[in-house]
Amino acid sequence: MLDTVRKSIGRQLTLTALKSKESPSQTAGPYVHIGCVPTFAGLEGMFGGVDLGSRMINKNTRGERITITGQVVDGIGVPLKDGIVEIWQADHAGLFNCSRESRGRADPYFMGWGRQPTDRNNGSFTFETIRPGQVPYSDGRLQAPHIQFWIAARGINLGLHTRMYFGDEERANQDDPVLSLIGDEHRIQTLIAAKTPRGFQFKIHLQGDQETVFFDI
Amino acid sequence: MGVTKYNLHCQSRYIRRDRDWHPPPLAPRYLSTTYRSPRHRPVTLDSTVADITGPVFGHDKIGPNDHDLLINYAKPGKSAVGERIMVHGRLRDENGRAISGVLIEFWQANAGGRYRHIADTYKAPLDENFGGCGRTITDEDGAYMLRTVKPGPYPWPNGGNDWRPSHIHFSLFGEGFAQRLITQMYFEGDPLIELCPIVATIRDKKAIDQLISRYDPQSTVPMDIRAYRFDITLRGRCSTPFENRLEGN
Ligand SMILES: [Fe+2]
Repeated sequence: MLDTVRKSIGRQLTLTALKSKESPSQTAGPYVHIGCVPTFAGLEGMFGGVDLGSRMINKNTRGERITITGQVVDGIGVPLKDGIVEIWQADHAGLFNCSRESRGRADPYFMGWGRQPTDRNNGSFTFETIRPGQVPYSDGRLQAPHIQFWIAARGINLGLHTRMYFGDEERANQDDPVLSLIGDEHRIQTLIAAKTPRGFQFKIHLQGDQETVFFDI
Repeated sequence: MGVTKYNLHCQSRYIRRDRDWHPPPLAPRYLSTTYRSPRHRPVTLDSTVADITGPVFGHDKIGPNDHDLLINYAKPGKSAVGERIMVHGRLRDENGRAISGVLIEFWQANAGGRYRHIADTYKAPLDENFGGCGRTITDEDGAYMLRTVKPGPYPWPNGGNDWRPSHIHFSLFGEGFAQRLITQMYFEGDPLIELCPIVATIRDKKAIDQLISRYDPQSTVPMDIRAYRFDITLRGRCSTPFENRLEGN
């Protein structure tokens, strides 16, 4: 017994010694493209000439094809022309393509991650992907279909996490535990992409009256 | 049963980000934050499966020279101009656990402080043998290594006479999307660190210190290349002594 206690204390000391704070964030800066989308940045042929995350689906991917277009704007409505947007989402059945997904095996033809630079003229972005299935919240309740977004750029000191919900999933959105948590209808609307003839339109406001809801996850 | 459930729950949740340790969204001395900083506090959520999972990048996606900026953009037989350095270290989580098999991306200016980028018009010349980007995947101990030339400081428009200290940008994935982080690495002894408004967005000196690499004479290769050590920490999972005993780690 005493031995167990000693061992336990020893282990705690070791753990304490190794414990460290998270490395602090720094802005991605205006040249983030060189590291994250080098082909877009003009480094022709770098890493085989295809930027990671630029293509999310192929002919074998299962699920409904959707196009998400969007734009990032700052607090005075100026487009963010030098940023990157990443998305991470479940497959058509609501499963993530990751070994830490314990609920089943995801579609092997869908990685679930995409990355695009914002357009250098108008701050827009486009993702060709599939509509994700539903995923449970921490308490087991089903969430409405949604996609995780992450934004990094010059002037953003810590990457911003948000979510995009689908404008044609009214019923599921109404019951969504995270949207309910936000409460304020005006703020909830900042997370809902409008259905358009082309797909879905998602505008992200970094600041201002229509500031998008960002999350501490 | 109840204990098991608690354990699973706790094990799968990330420790909350310390937003006093990270730079705040609005930093008056760094003008670009003025209109790009959200004014609402972020909404706190429980971790969901989307946060504890993340994209997996296999070794098959990474070329043998991707980590080597000395040669990964150079013409055959050529090498980038500048001080030859290697940067190496460990990627761990806040609990000290090695994070293995994950992607690290890095980018930087050349030895003269010029980026290979359409928006960079600094008068220092480009180096035809230097692209300025690289990537690698951490090994089973969370270790990584890159080779490059030491980046030069450069001036930037921020209302005054501001110069960035020599730095390398790092993009880190970790295992869960909630660990996603972009940061910068600085070099021990650089007098520009203390003067930089971007460094100064971080309020705690100890936090800044975490981003400063140390000269590493032990790993310096004689007559070849100097080494710098830079360890990186990503968020750890929520953990209690009780849980550790159950997990036996
Ligand atoms: Fe930089």
